Amino acid sequence: MAEIFSPLPGTFYMRPAPDAPNYKQVGDSVAIDEVIGLVEVMKMFNEVRAEVSGKVVRYTIDNEDPVEAGQVLMIIE
Amino acid sequence: MTTTHKVLIANRGEIAVRIARAAQELGLQTVAVVSDADTTSLVAQMADQVVNIGPAHPAKSYLNADAILQAAQSTGATMVHPGYGFLSENAAFARRVTQAGLIFVGPSAETIECMGNKSVARETAQRAGVPTVPGSAGTVDDVEMAAQVAAEVGYPVMIKASAGGGGRGIRVAHSEPELRHQLPLAKGEARAAFGDDAVYLERFIARARHIEVQVLGDGKRVVHCYERECSLQRRRQKVVEEAPSPALSQMTRDALCESAVRLASAVGYSGAGTLEFLYDDDSGEFFFIEMNTRIQVEHPVSELVTGVDLVREMLRIAMGEPLRFKQEQIVLKGAAIECRLNAEDPERNFMPSPGKLSALRWPGGPGVRVDTHVYAGYTIPPFYDSLLAKLAVWDENRPAALQRMQRALAETSIEGVYNTIALHQQLLADPAVQNGQFHTGYLEQWMARRAAEKALALTSELTAGLAV
Repeated sequence: MAEIFSPLPGTFYMRPAPDAPNYKQVGDSVAIDEVIGLVEVMKMFNEVRAEVSGKVVRYTIDNEDPVEAGQVLMIIE
Repeated sequence: MTTTHKVLIANRGEIAVRIARAAQELGLQTVAVVSDADTTSLVAQMADQVVNIGPAHPAKSYLNADAILQAAQSTGATMVHPGYGFLSENAAFARRVTQAGLIFVGPSAETIECMGNKSVARETAQRAGVPTVPGSAGTVDDVEMAAQVAAEVGYPVMIKASAGGGGRGIRVAHSEPELRHQLPLAKGEARAAFGDDAVYLERFIARARHIEVQVLGDGKRVVHCYERECSLQRRRQKVVEEAPSPALSQMTRDALCESAVRLASAVGYSGAGTLEFLYDDDSGEFFFIEMNTRIQVEHPVSELVTGVDLVREMLRIAMGEPLRFKQEQIVLKGAAIECRLNAEDPERNFMPSPGKLSALRWPGGPGVRVDTHVYAGYTIPPFYDSLLAKLAVWDENRPAALQRMQRALAETSIEGVYNTIALHQQLLADPAVQNGQFHTGYLEQWMARRAAEKALALTSELTAGLAV
C-alpha cells in the first residue's frame, strides 16, 4: 500500500473540467508521474502527479473538498 | 420617517472591509457573510452581525445566492452590496435581491444584462456616438468582403469569432495576403471550437493603453470622476494603477470622460460604474471596449484625486438619494498610484503563497492609504485570490507620488508569505514607468528582460567561480 499526498493546500479536483470524467477510477492503474488530480491554490491550478505506481484502491478526499499540504489524496496498492 | 438600513456585504477580503467602513460612516448596520475559511476575517470582526454561508469553495458560499438571500432574511438586512467579482455582475442575482424586497447596491438587472453582452454594449456605444474599435458592421461572410472591410479599417486587423470570448478565437492579419490566408482558417477554427463559423473584423491596436473612466449615476444624471491608467498588467491582471493617466492631454481627457458620461447616461445608469477604453498613443484615438457595472479594485486612486468616497456614494444612491455633486464640483487634484500587493512569489512564476502572516508593518504618514483585510497572525486561506493589500498614495504630482510610493513600499514589511513588494520597487524604478511610457504589453516584456538579465548575471557569476 502507498499513499499520494497533496503538495499544496487548496481545493482538490478529481477531474480536469467539471464535465470531464475523473482522472482515475478505483481499480485503474497509475504510473509514476501520471496526473491524478488538481489542486487549486488562489485561482491557480496545479496538477498532482503520482510518485509511485500501482492500482487505485480509493480516493481519500471528495471532489472540490478543501485540502491541506501533505494530506493523503489517494491510496494505491 | 427614514428607514434604518442594514447592509449585507456579499463578498470577502479587502472589499468587504471597504464596504463595512463606508456603511459604518453612514451610520448603517452591517452584516458580514463568511465561508468556513473566513470566520476569523477582519470583516467578521467589524460587522454588527456575522452569518456563516457555507464551505470554503466559492461555489458553495460566496456564489451561493440562496445562502446569501437566506442570511439577508434571517438578519433583517435591507440592502445587499456585492463588491467586485463573485455575484457583482450577475443579473439573475441582482433580480433575486430586488424580488426579495431588498435593495441591490448597483444598477438594475436589466442594465447589468445590457452592458454585460459585448455586442449589445458595442451597439449602445455606437448609438450614443462613443467610438468603438473600428471594424466590420457585423460578421464578414467571405474573403472578398473581409478584404474590402480591412482596407477601410486599416491593417493589422483581428479576425474574431462572434461566439468566442476570453481571448479565444482570435487571429491577426498584417496584410491582405495574410488576411486571405487566415480568414478560412479562422472560420474553420471558430466552427470547431464554438460550433459557429461567424467571424468579424476589428482593427488590431498593437501598443494600446488600458484607460478607464469612473462614473457615478443616480438613474437621472451621470457624473465622472476622471480616468484611471491601468496598462501595467500581467496576464490581463492589473498590477499598478494610477490617476490621472500620464498619456492624455487635457483635451483628450475631456473628450474621453464626456464619452463615458454620454454612454452611461444612454442606459440611465445608477450606481458606480467603469467604462473601459483602449487608447492608441500613436494616433491619439480612444475606443470603448466594455463597461463594468460595479465598484472596481482600483477605485481608491480615483477617490484620492477627487476626494469623492465612491463606496459611500454607492450606498447613498442605493438608498434613493440623488447625486450630491455637479460635474464642476468634482475637481482633479494631484496624482495617485496604487500597487497591488499579492501573496505570490514573483521569482517563481508568481506561485501563490497562502499561509500565516507572522509579522506585518504598514506604511503611514502623509498621503498614504492601505486597503487590506489581513492582520498579523492572520492565515491567508488558499481558496481565494492572492490580493493581500492595496497600497495607494497621493501627492501633488506624478513624480512626487512615485517618490512617495517608493518611500511607502520601503516602509512596508510582510513576513510569513512571499509577496510582490520588491517587484513593485523595481518596476517603479524603471525609466519607462517613471516617464509614463508604457502599454498593456509592457510589464510582461519588462519581466522577460529582467529574467534574461538575471540568468546572464548568474551565468557570469558561475563562470567567474569556475575561473577561480
